[in-house]
Amino acid sequence: MRSYLDVRGRPALAWVGVALVAAALVALPWVLAGIGTAWVRITNLAILYCFLALGLNIVVGFAGLLDLGYIAFYGVGAYVYALLASPHFGIHLPFWAILPLGAALACVFGVLLGTPTLKLRGDYLAIVTLGFGEIVRIFLNNLSSPFNLTNGPQGITLIDPFRIGDFSFATTQQVLGNTLSSPIKYYYFLLAVLLVVIVVNLRLQNSRIGRAWEAIREDEIAARAMGINTRNMKLLAFAMGASFGGVAGGMFSAMQGFISPESFVLVESIMVLSMVVLGGMGNVFGVVIGALLLSYVPEVLRYTVGPAQKAVFGRTLIDPEVFRMLLFGLALVLMMLFRPAGILPSAVRKRELQRRTDGG
Amino acid sequence: MDTFIQQLVNGITLGSVYAIVALGYTMVYGIIQLINFAHGDVVMIGAMVAYSVIAVLAGSGMALPPLAILAIATLCAVPVCMAVGYTLERVAYRPLRNAPRLAPLITAIGLSIILQNVALIIWSRNPLAYPQIVETVTYRLTPNPDGATITNVQVGIVGLSILMMAGLLLLVYRTKLGIAMRAVAQNPQVAGLMGIDINRVISMTFMIGAALASVAGVMDGSYYGIAHYQMGFLLGLKAFSAAVLGGIGNLGGAMLGGLLMGIIEALGAGYVGELTNLCHLSGWSDALAQRCANDPHLAVFGSNYQDVFAFVVLILVLVFRPSGLLGERVSDRA
Amino acid sequence: MDRAQGTRAAAASAQSDLLVARNVTKRFGGVTALADVSFTIRRGEIYGLIGPNGAGKTSLFNVLTGIYGPDGGGFDFDDRPLAGLKPNDVAARGIARTFQNIRLFANLSALENVMIGRHVRTRANVFGAILRNARTLAEERAIEKRAHELLEYVGVHSRANDLAKHLAYGDQRRLEIARALATDPRLLALDEPAAGMNATETAALRGLLENIRRDGVTILLIEHDMKLVMSVCDRVLVLDYGRKIAEGPAAEVQKDDKVIAAYLGGEVTLNLKGA
Repeated sequence: MRSYLDVRGRPALAWVGVALVAAALVALPWVLAGIGTAWVRITNLAILYCFLALGLNIVVGFAGLLDLGYIAFYGVGAYVYALLASPHFGIHLPFWAILPLGAALACVFGVLLGTPTLKLRGDYLAIVTLGFGEIVRIFLNNLSSPFNLTNGPQGITLIDPFRIGDFSFATTQQVLGNTLSSPIKYYYFLLAVLLVVIVVNLRLQNSRIGRAWEAIREDEIAARAMGINTRNMKLLAFAMGASFGGVAGGMFSAMQGFISPESFVLVESIMVLSMVVLGGMGNVFGVVIGALLLSYVPEVLRYTVGPAQKAVFGRTLIDPEVFRMLLFGLALVLMMLFRPAGILPSAVRKRELQRRTDGG
Repeated sequence: MDTFIQQLVNGITLGSVYAIVALGYTMVYGIIQLINFAHGDVVMIGAMVAYSVIAVLAGSGMALPPLAILAIATLCAVPVCMAVGYTLERVAYRPLRNAPRLAPLITAIGLSIILQNVALIIWSRNPLAYPQIVETVTYRLTPNPDGATITNVQVGIVGLSILMMAGLLLLVYRTKLGIAMRAVAQNPQVAGLMGIDINRVISMTFMIGAALASVAGVMDGSYYGIAHYQMGFLLGLKAFSAAVLGGIGNLGGAMLGGLLMGIIEALGAGYVGELTNLCHLSGWSDALAQRCANDPHLAVFGSNYQDVFAFVVLILVLVFRPSGLLGERVSDRA
Repeated sequence: MDRAQGTRAAAASAQSDLLVARNVTKRFGGVTALADVSFTIRRGEIYGLIGPNGAGKTSLFNVLTGIYGPDGGGFDFDDRPLAGLKPNDVAARGIARTFQNIRLFANLSALENVMIGRHVRTRANVFGAILRNARTLAEERAIEKRAHELLEYVGVHSRANDLAKHLAYGDQRRLEIARALATDPRLLALDEPAAGMNATETAALRGLLENIRRDGVTILLIEHDMKLVMSVCDRVLVLDYGRKIAEGPAAEVQKDDKVIAAYLGGEVTLNLKGA
């Protein structure tokens, strides 16, 4: 079994490529910081969205289950972190203890939601997950009384950043003569996590489990006839996607230091879904590209659409935020109509298959 | 008892609106097994268009009677929504009719976002106060002076809904178009072989659903006195849940489901606070008794959980009776 | 291999019963798709299931493989009942099937299709998949090796890396057989494998069926191509309107009056039905 990251076979060329990409990724935050620290933060959020999109990709792309409430799991993870590492309850657990807890709880929610609904047809699942997302949001908003669990719409503030011993991700410090700002620290951390997540995704896809998911996506009846326990496999996909969401939520909490139910609305679920669809459902690198595109393009629009309209019409006719949403909507419709396989052409998939046989 | 009757009246009113919207979901689903995700937004467009027409007419100085203004506004909203419904089907669903099920669902979500944001651009992102041109008259239902009441608006909504449902049933069971619709729903290939223009029938189905939706939009706007570019989302979800509750694909089911959903929601909102009021348990804990002295409505779930009921019903139905109350079997199909 | 040889081969293998159907009944609303159907398939034979369209053949397959539960009666497979098993459990017990209207995983390669067939006989879990420990890697290699062998076996190895949907019709049918064989079945249930094949392809299919039987897999075959049925099947069961109307060696069944009537239309109603 070989994956994209496998460089056996043509070592010299491949290593040069890997080294170049690695160097670029290491240098990136310093370049961005030159333009403005905001861009490092934007990049960090983009990486977080990659993470989320890859989690949803397991559910939607691999197993073909349309989950429209994905952001709820993100919310669960975020709140678990916020509650266990903030003055809200006065609990301050270390992040490496909370992240798995958040993942586990999100996973439990995923299984609870999936058990009754996964035997239903796909479009019902979509609606039920949508409803679930709304329920979670409503609860987050209202669980401030009689017992103040979530602090309602005000959200939770002063959430602890990641800390390893005395090394805090929230402070700026000097390392070897360079100023290491908080966003840059998080950048390297997120990048490392993202690499792990990409490898996990690729390995899952090229495994017995991944093939079973793809079989279910392609034809559930045939998959069952081949001995695949479709219910368990779907639950597994659902639970894994949910855990990814939970971990991402914890990181979001720590990075932002503040969360409120506003961050976990349907629009966010749809945004992550758009990333998966745009990049190509089931295609790991496509999904990463989709997530990066849909994270950066709106930011670029923010800095261009508004001023451009002012220059031409003298005032802002269409809010950049609205423009962004229109873009998402159009992306979903046009992708499905004209390029249902996503922006990365299927040649990538073919090449992958080709290489596999060369090796086998 | 007064509370109960009042919530029942409110529930039936609400349920009539849900039923009309649910019919749009169920008709489209019955004929091409597609959840028209953007249907709720068609309702919103209907409400918005009528809002603009009412605002123009009421501000124009013409001394039209309020009911005439409402009627004109609705008659303007209907063709707009029918055009939107037609366009949705033609542009985004028809090309995907034979695609995997996920594809049309995703385009539907995209369309929903587009419709909402176009509405935002046209009508602003703020909630619009729906002009209350019909003077509200309240009738008492019980002898008690603070007892249950019903308003002329509520009577109008329920009456109009019944008329529309009757009209739809006549259309489906007594006209040539209705026969064609039922034939396509049974088996599109065979219907096509029998000389039925399937595309036309499907277009008509979308347009009829959209026409109903536009009226529902006007009713919803008039009832709550508010319209908002996102109003279609929750309304659509609840109506869809109602359609599933009744048995999706079944017209009678959508009506029954809509009505039940409205009643469940109204009763739920009316009673959940009381049912989950922790002060009933004051005897068990002094701390609790102290808090209840300050706030006698210390409920675990208040009426702000109203929107949850529809989803809970939806999930329960899907778990225990996925075919709905009156519907055919839908689970276990690939 | 001619039929006489085939029969001898079947006789030579164990004569014990592999699948016993007892009074299987299935109703859909008011229609009785299967009425009290009983039969026995012996180890190592090729057992034909024929009948006019709508006779209940595919319904029988669907009840056998757990897609529908029977309304009465049931199956014993390998001396144990199949009652209440889901399709995936049935596959795990050793019954694999193909579908009348080919159901391959269209957007996966031929090789992947067959590899998926190995799912039920392999163990790797999520942790194995992510960590790629030695055991998982060894299992993956074994899966891939076996998949290649099976593609070779059914004769579509040259298309291993093409998407299933891009394969020719006959190749798709054979790929479906390879995928079914990948589950290591003891009973292979084929639903009209020769449908849409030309004479050459059907001849090749016949050879393939003989090979599969020779390699120890019992076959249950639904087929409309009578030439194929008569040449390859040891025994044949004839269904009409959900009822068993004849069972026995192919040559005898062929001469049975009721069978001839069912096929050629002894009555007007049958004539319409069989057309």
